Amino acid sequence: MMAAFILAFSLLTLLMFFVSYCRSLTASSLNTSLSEDVLDVTGIQAKASGRDFNKVIQILQLCPDRSEDRSRLQIVGAYYSFLNLLDQLFAKISPAVRAWAEEERAGCAHFAAVLLGRRIALNREMLAQEVDF
Amino acid sequence: MPSGIALVIWIAGTIAGVCFVSCCVIRGFFLKYFFLNLYVILSLFADLSRQYVLHFYGQESGQYFYAYFYTDCLLTVALFVAVISLASRVFAELQLAKYVRFVAVLLLLGTAGFSYAVVAQSSERLATTFAFELSQNLYFVGLVLTYLLWGAVLKLRETRTRLVQMVLSLGLYFSAYAGIYALGNLATRYEAVQYLGPILGCFLPISWLLTMVRHTEESRLTPARLVAVQR
Repeated sequence: MMAAFILAFSLLTLLMFFVSYCRSLTASSLNTSLSEDVLDVTGIQAKASGRDFNKVIQILQLCPDRSEDRSRLQIVGAYYSFLNLLDQLFAKISPAVRAWAEEERAGCAHFAAVLLGRRIALNREMLAQEVDF
Repeated sequence: MPSGIALVIWIAGTIAGVCFVSCCVIRGFFLKYFFLNLYVILSLFADLSRQYVLHFYGQESGQYFYAYFYTDCLLTVALFVAVISLASRVFAELQLAKYVRFVAVLLLLGTAGFSYAVVAQSSERLATTFAFELSQNLYFVGLVLTYLLWGAVLKLRETRTRLVQMVLSLGLYFSAYAGIYALGNLATRYEAVQYLGPILGCFLPISWLLTMVRHTEESRLTPARLVAVQR
């Protein structure tokens, strides 16, 4: 009984810390606005929405990988899946959850789009160096 | 030596630990995050000494029993000090760092006193039982302190990305560890449960390393983004 209680409590706190940890990752990109290139390539209209995440990830996979982004992207991807699950489970019961999940998914999409912008810039830089060489 | 999955987990944890300490030394943050580094270094030495004793005396030996519980106690004290070092940084701007340290010493002595009182009745293997009891109690105190520290981070609207992410990593670690401990008691017959603890052991050095690599000391984030529900 006690073990079950500890398990339930620790899962709740784990969830709380997980959400906060993911939000601290996506928060780092919020002050960065999306470049024209990213808006053109992804078709995002000024502000990313939750649905843009998968599209941005697909385009990201076409660009050369940056190892420093990989783990962050995986964690945010897991967070996005968690939000989808939350939306499916609780959206009908509580519309507030749906609104919150959508806002969070938009944050995930913006985060991925900022990474895409960095990769595009890096590619441009590498191409310019090759031309100079 | 551990075999199979356990060996892979052990190597991953060791590499992450070495990388974290090296990264801190190279970037000149070793002293700034001294107690986090100390914990990682001690956990590397603890792992090595446990492997040494395991190799020469075997898992059922008394030597391994002593080595395991004494190093575990030492690591818990180091983790407790690491939590306190982060707390004193959070409270430093309010000029409360010395009070945090004072309370930490009181908590440590209080926990040690309580643990001694609990085991004092049994004369058999007093020192080892004390090490085990202290480790368990201090772990619980550390867990509560981490929750309080997270509350303080939110209340004080802490913006330093590195500090926030290190506290969050500790929160994730403590929560997951408590969950695994409970799961271990509920589902002893499942073999997979025994690997969860060591996997989690790799988590702290890996997440601290990623924080060090990704963010500079000047990185800041919006504190309102940290709480799940906007106020």
